[in-house]
Amino acid sequence: MTYDIIILGSGPAGLAAAVAARGRDKSVLVIGNRWQDSPLARAERVDNYLGLPGLTGSGMLETFYQHAVGMGAEFVMGKAISLMAWEGFMVTVGSQVYQGRALILAPGVVRQAKYPGEEEYLGRGVSYCATCDGMLYRNRSVIVVGRSPDAPQEANYLHSLGCQVTYVSPQPPKGLDSAIPFVKAGKLSIKGEQTVTGLEADGALLPCDGVFILRQTVAPTDLLPTLETQEGYIKVDRSMATNVEGVFAAGDCTGLPLQVSKAVGEGHVAALSACEYLDRKQEQ
Amino acid sequence: MLVHFSKEGFDKALDEGKLMMVDFWASWCGPCKMLSPVIDDLAGKYEGKAIVGKVNVDEEQELAIRYGVMSIPTVIFFKDGKEIDRKVGVMPGGAFEQVLDGNL
Repeated sequence: MTYDIIILGSGPAGLAAAVAARGRDKSVLVIGNRWQDSPLARAERVDNYLGLPGLTGSGMLETFYQHAVGMGAEFVMGKAISLMAWEGFMVTVGSQVYQGRALILAPGVVRQAKYPGEEEYLGRGVSYCATCDGMLYRNRSVIVVGRSPDAPQEANYLHSLGCQVTYVSPQPPKGLDSAIPFVKAGKLSIKGEQTVTGLEADGALLPCDGVFILRQTVAPTDLLPTLETQEGYIKVDRSMATNVEGVFAAGDCTGLPLQVSKAVGEGHVAALSACEYLDRKQEQ
Repeated sequence: MLVHFSKEGFDKALDEGKLMMVDFWASWCGPCKMLSPVIDDLAGKYEGKAIVGKVNVDEEQELAIRYGVMSIPTVIFFKDGKEIDRKVGVMPGGAFEQVLDGNL
């Protein structure tokens, strides 16, 4: 089925957008991580949200999430790994493709810079998708750079396919198969010739044929290269429209202040603008 | 018309030396599914001018290894039996048209 609106991101902005769009009777699909993995979930106390002081970050998120579910928004847990404008928009999560007529970007801020060599070797040994490319590395050595809570599962999947997996991350992973060696390292750089030959991890070279870099989100500008930004944030107008037709943005990804009330307000506006866009399009 | 290549069919087409655009894909790959209508569309658009085809890397692993396909979708362009360009990942149809038009 084709949804009226696809929302990328399940934080306050994305959930507020979902509630507003459902209020206008649009079909809504939210694609995002578990709300427990949102940076807000780690806030011990939020005191500046109007009328509801003293809540924990996770308490707020759960309430917001239940509200959106109660309004009939649908959810897909996972990470959008690619996006294409084609008769609306198509979004890929793992091996599934979802279609929508309008798009709201609410992924938060990506705080992780790319590693040296990452862009250069993308598609030549660097991959963001274990589901897609794992089979191409059967019986070969790969390194999983784990920067998201679900990265250990992806590493286990690659191991089950027959890849020789090494897991590299700054903190010890939870849920990693005990057969997979773990290397604790934070400063990484991808090395290669024609294709990837290894990963330098805190100064030590680990030889491998492939590097799977698994972050919590794929940056919106990587999903949609024509998207305009300003000082690292997505450029939007008062209606939260981006420079790409049918694409709106809300929340931390549009700029400071990185606050829940600002994200919720923007999510609401973005959803109403997306609804107007759809109604206008239908009249044509 | 879109051609689904086996290794034999691919090698035969390659020998003929015509301009070819070949999409390396697999059924487990979401981005490949997403690219599929774009490839279908180009097959119609370039009918008679270029051969547009697909290789399932699951069934034709030898071809995927021969061309060092390390990430899918990968679209490889051939002319006179040789690789002339490749595009990795999902991109709009225009990116492929540009390569085709530049080599007609």
